[in-house]
This record gives sequence, structure tokens and C-alpha cells, in this order.
Amino acid sequence: MKKTRQEHVIGIVAACVATLGISAANAQERFITVASTTSTEQSGLFGHLLPIFKRDTGIDVRVVALGTGQALDTGRRGDADVVFVHDKVAEEKFVAEGFGVERIEVMYNDFVLVGPKADPAKANGRDISLGLKRLADSKAAFVSRGDKSGTHAAELRYWKAAGVDLDATKGAWYRETGSGMGSALNTASAMNAYILTDRGTWLSFKNRGELAIQVEGDAKLFNQYGVMLVNPVKHPHVKRDLGQRFIDWLVSVAGQKAIADYKIGGEQLFFPNAKPPMKKAA
Amino acid sequence: MNSLTDAFVGALQLILNADATLLSIIGLSLQVSVSAVALASVLGLVLGSLIAVSRFPGRSLVIAILNATMGLPPVVIGLLVYMLLSRAGPLGSYGLLFTPTAMVIAQVILISPIIAALSRQTIEDAWRDYREQLASLGVRGVSAARTLLWDSRFSLVTITLAGLGRACAEVGAVMIVGGNIDGVTRVMTTAIALETTKGDLPLAMSLGIVLVLIVLAINILAQSLKSFAERRYG
Amino acid sequence: MVESPKMIANLLPVTVRDVSVIANQKTILRDINLEIACGTRTVILGANGAGKSTLLRVLHGLVKPSSGVATSVRGAPLGDVQLRAHDAMLFQRPVMLRTSAFNNVLYATQHLSPTKRNGDGEPQAVWEALRAVGLEGIADRPARVLSGGEQQRIAFARALVRRPEVLYLDEPTASLDPRSARQIEDCIQCAASSGVTIVMSTHHLALAKRVAESIIFLHEGRITEATPAQVFFLQPQSTEGREFLYGEAI
Repeated sequence: MKKTRQEHVIGIVAACVATLGISAANAQERFITVASTTSTEQSGLFGHLLPIFKRDTGIDVRVVALGTGQALDTGRRGDADVVFVHDKVAEEKFVAEGFGVERIEVMYNDFVLVGPKADPAKANGRDISLGLKRLADSKAAFVSRGDKSGTHAAELRYWKAAGVDLDATKGAWYRETGSGMGSALNTASAMNAYILTDRGTWLSFKNRGELAIQVEGDAKLFNQYGVMLVNPVKHPHVKRDLGQRFIDWLVSVAGQKAIADYKIGGEQLFFPNAKPPMKKAA
Repeated sequence: MNSLTDAFVGALQLILNADATLLSIIGLSLQVSVSAVALASVLGLVLGSLIAVSRFPGRSLVIAILNATMGLPPVVIGLLVYMLLSRAGPLGSYGLLFTPTAMVIAQVILISPIIAALSRQTIEDAWRDYREQLASLGVRGVSAARTLLWDSRFSLVTITLAGLGRACAEVGAVMIVGGNIDGVTRVMTTAIALETTKGDLPLAMSLGIVLVLIVLAINILAQSLKSFAERRYG
Repeated sequence: MVESPKMIANLLPVTVRDVSVIANQKTILRDINLEIACGTRTVILGANGAGKSTLLRVLHGLVKPSSGVATSVRGAPLGDVQLRAHDAMLFQRPVMLRTSAFNNVLYATQHLSPTKRNGDGEPQAVWEALRAVGLEGIADRPARVLSGGEQQRIAFARALVRRPEVLYLDEPTASLDPRSARQIEDCIQCAASSGVTIVMSTHHLALAKRVAESIIFLHEGRITEATPAQVFFLQPQSTEGREFLYGEAI
């Protein structure tokens, strides 16, 4: 009876040691934490890039996939070494506040307006402003991320460019879900509603239901990604060297090629556009 | 209905293929939850038995609070632990955010009140029955507490299993403090959430079925051990 | 089973002086004075709620008097934990630990003061105690699956194994069938004949007649009568005692 109790205690202690063991072992590995967006993670881009980066440098990259706003906040608190997002205005603010060292453009993808195949709002075409105008006029159901993500910020810019005053017109047809891209797409699919999404998430999204692309190819729909090292002056524990190597690699010839190589169903998702001269891979 | 059938077929395939990624996710889930339950059991049993056998002013208020904390929303606990462990938070210097340890901490906070509240009730009931007999035998304090805990062990195992079930099924807290990092902090529930947001509902459901089966297997094992021991020890 | 009669002869009587017990503003015992000589057999009688159980608990040290003093066979105040080793109590409903009958008895030896402990001889003492209650054959069975009568005898063995000088019994046969009650009575007689002081409460008058040397009669928390048993059963000295016996006769 006593012996069994001791065994219990030993078991508990062993379990605790095992748990602490995981993090201790991890601490010795070379890794950085990258706060990024659901679009890059869920489209599978990181799953493609990171093994190549690891092979080239031996560095592990841990991606926490959030909305752009949350990802920038994670960087602000110092909980990530690198932030890799897509909202130029918010990124420049992040750097101006001193939280990011420098904003470096890496690649772009594009947004698409997705809607019911029947297209009740007659939004189909190449002009996003015109498409959104028709949506607002017909009050066709539209799902918004409503989560201060890069996609949400872009969506609000497009409404503005289309001359639609959302505050005045939005009603029951305009649904703010406050959720990530995938969850919002699930909602749109269930409601058979229009939604703005990045192409990568759309291509890897499986629960499409009756939805199809209605507007694509407008130059305004291009979506620029930027990467920033979290400022080691603000957060001294930031892994400056490892983080910088990741950034350098992304804009290097090797990194840019790896981005261009990623395809789903033969379709390229992200288009590298780092400014020349491209830095050599670290 | 079709996609539900797909989900069951998918679950079966997942189990039969024993995919390495899936196994590591299951392994991490169990490691995190079992560690959390082990720690929470120690904390919860100590707290529960202390409250059960002691009398002090405001005791019923403490019990009411304890019972209420069983219903703490995991997301709130996740946020709390996030703010504590964030580099900008009081414990930031340990760099524990987005690690399995952070997930264990969050789950310990989630489960300890459950184990404490339920064991408080169990031990208090046992204490009512045993108090005079133990006092008559000159058994007091720590010895008495040990006897009570040991004699209530079967009920306490059930309580611990309830804690384990809650830990394994929880997603809100571990998502926030773990970050659902592939290969590092991705567990069954966060993987299910991820597949859901990717729109792969059958795969999400298959993972869910696998999770339920694992929890079920643990419970069946514990239940049969319990009934075996009960036959043996009464 | 017990220490030699010579040692017992040296022991003082259990004495109670002006003891009252008040719980929740209700007086349960008031102005109790009594003396119980060592080696005697005393039965406490009285109606339900008269305070019999509380008096036994005061004597055993489980209930602290609100006022007054009680001293044990060792001359120290009752309720002193060090003295708990010198007496034992059998409750109406035995509490069995979730383990074997043997371990239930062994448990009682593991919490004795070092001077009373027998070291390696403990298992031997446990076997002796089980033999004394006639249950050595079921030592390995889980205590909780035994019958009520068997459980009470295990509880008796658990009391005996502590080698008590005084044995308190609170309605030990109340929930037992006649045969089991008889077996418990045999155990009581056996313990008494080896010199253990017996103090028992019961509603079982035939049992009381067979066991008691003296009777303490309680009514509403007071002792109305403390007489030799023959006197009480032939001619109760108090009205309450007469009514109690008369009620029994009907």
C-alpha cells in the first residue's frame, strides 16, 4: 500500500520532469519564432519554405499563425523574433514606433472576391471597385473578417475605393465574423455569401460549397507581404542573428526561388518581388 | 450524412496508417494533458483535502468560489497565462510562451479547481464517516488525511479522469498560449481547429473521432483497473 | 491479550467531576459525576437522546466537556491524545478501511505510541486479535464485503489489538442480528474476563443484564441513578429508571 503510493509520486515527478524536458531540449535547439498570418500558414507556403530554410541553415522556424494585427501585437510584446505580414500601413507604423527594425518587401499574392456561383449581385469581372459597388447596391450577403487582419484592412480600403460608405449602408447583409480567414470562409460557404480572401487560402480551402471566384486580376488586389525583425533594442532577448538570417534568406535568390516554386494544382500562389540587389543567402 | 461517413472512414484510415505526424501530435497531447493532470492532482488533492477537513470563517464562501471556478472559460485562462508569460508580462524572462510548458501551466490552472472542488466533496463525505473512528485510534493530521485519500482512491481516480478528459478536450487556452506551432505545440484539439479553418471538415472530424477514441480507451482502461481493484479491496 | 492483572490493580478509577456538555446552545450532559473502577463492567442505560453516546465520547476523549474535569485510569485528563492508546472504542456502525480484514486490524497498531508498539510482533498480535474474535479464517478478505456482524467483530479485533485498559462500546449490537449480537457479546465477556474495564451503552436489556456489574442510568443529560446491576434490575431507585424498565416490560 505504501509502496504503491511512492510509485505514484515517482510517476508524477517523472511526468513533470518529462514536460520540463521538452522545453529544455527545445531551448538548446536553434530556433526562431515568427509571427505570421493565417494566409501564409494555411496556404501551405511555410510548410514548403521552412524545410528548405532548415536544410540551408539548420535553423528551425516556429510559426505562430495569427491575423496581421495580432501578429504585429505579438511582435510588439516581444513574443516573436520576426513578423511576416501583409498590411503595409500597419507595418510602417510598427517600424515607426520602433518595434520593428526595418520593413523589407518579400513577395505579393492577390486577393480574390469569392461569391455564389449564381452571382446574384452580378459582381463578376476584373474590377474590384465595380464588383463591390454592385454588392452594396444589391445588398447581397457579404462576410467580413472583422478582425483587424491584413485582409480585413484591405477589404476596408477596397470599399472606400469603391465609394461605398460602409457605416451608412451596412446592414444585415454585411456580416462581421471576427474570425480568421478559414473560419470566415466556412461561414461564407454556409451562408452562400460573398467574401474577400487571399488566393492562397482559397486554393487550399476544401469546404467551398457553392462558392466560386467572381473578381480577380485587378492590380488593386495585389497584396504585398513585408518582413521585419523585432527590434532588439526594445526586446533584448530577440534572436537578432538567427532572425536576420531568416529575413536575408527570404530575399535571397534561393529564398525568392523557393517562394516562386510553391504551387497548388499547378497554380503559383506567391510572387517574389524583393527589391534588387537581392542579398546573398546567408 | 455523406461527409460524416467520410469522417468515420477517414478516422479509421488515420488510425490504420499511424502517420508519424499524427502520432507525434497525439503524443504531445497526452504528454501535455497527463503532465497537467498529474500536477493538478497534487495541487487539487492537497487543496481539496485541506478545505474538507478544516473549519474556518468564510469556509462556505471559499467552497462556493471553488465550485464556481470549475466553470472558468478556458479562453480566459489562456489569456491570463498569455499575459503572464508574454515577454512584456511579469514572467516573460523565462521565455515560456509558445512552448508545451506554457500549455501545461494553462491546463493546470484549468483543471486544479475541478479536482479540488470534486475531491473536497468526496473527502468531506469520507471524513464525516471516518472522523470518530480515526480519532479513536489516535490517528490525526497528516496520517488521517493520508488514510482518507487512500481510502477514497477509487472516487479520486474518477475525478482525475474527469480532469484528464477536460484537459484533452480543451482548445481555447492551449491555442492561445501554445500558438499551435507545427511540430512544437500542435496538439489534437488545435490541429482539429486548424483543419476546420482550412475547410477540411472531414479531416477535422476524423481527428476528432481519434481524440474521442483515445479518451475513451483511457477511461475504459481506468474503469477496468478500478473494478478489478474494487473486487480485490472492497 | 491485556497487561497483567497486577498492573491493572495499580490503575486509578476513571473519574468524572461536574462535567457538562453544551453543543449548539443545547445542554446534552449536565453536572455528571461518576467513578468507574478498573476491571469492572458498567452499562449505561437511558432513552434515546438521554446522552449515553455523548457520555461515552467524553470518557473516550472524543468530546471535550464544556465544563468540569474527567480523568482517566492514568490520572491524566481525558482526551489527552497520549492516553488514547490506553482505551479503545467500538461504535454502533463499524468503519472499515478499504483493505483486507487483516490490514484493518494492523492499521490500529500502526498509530500506537512507540511505547505501546510491539515492533516485529505486530503481525503476531493481529493474528491473536483475529483469533480472539474467531475471524482468523477470513483475514485476507476485503473488509468491506464482510457481513455487518463480521465487520463489527473486525472492529472488535481492531480495538483489542491496542491492548486497551478500558473498552468503550456504543450500542455495539444495535444493528446486528441475534446470532452476530451473541458473538459480539462473547467477545465482550472474553475481554472482561481477561481484566479489561468495560463501559457499554445499549438498549438491549438482556445483554445489559448479562454483562453489567453496575448500571448508570441517564435521563435528559443527568445521571438519575448509579447502582449495582442487581439493584437496578430488581428495584430501580429513580422514577425515570422505573419508567424505563416498565416501558420495556410492555
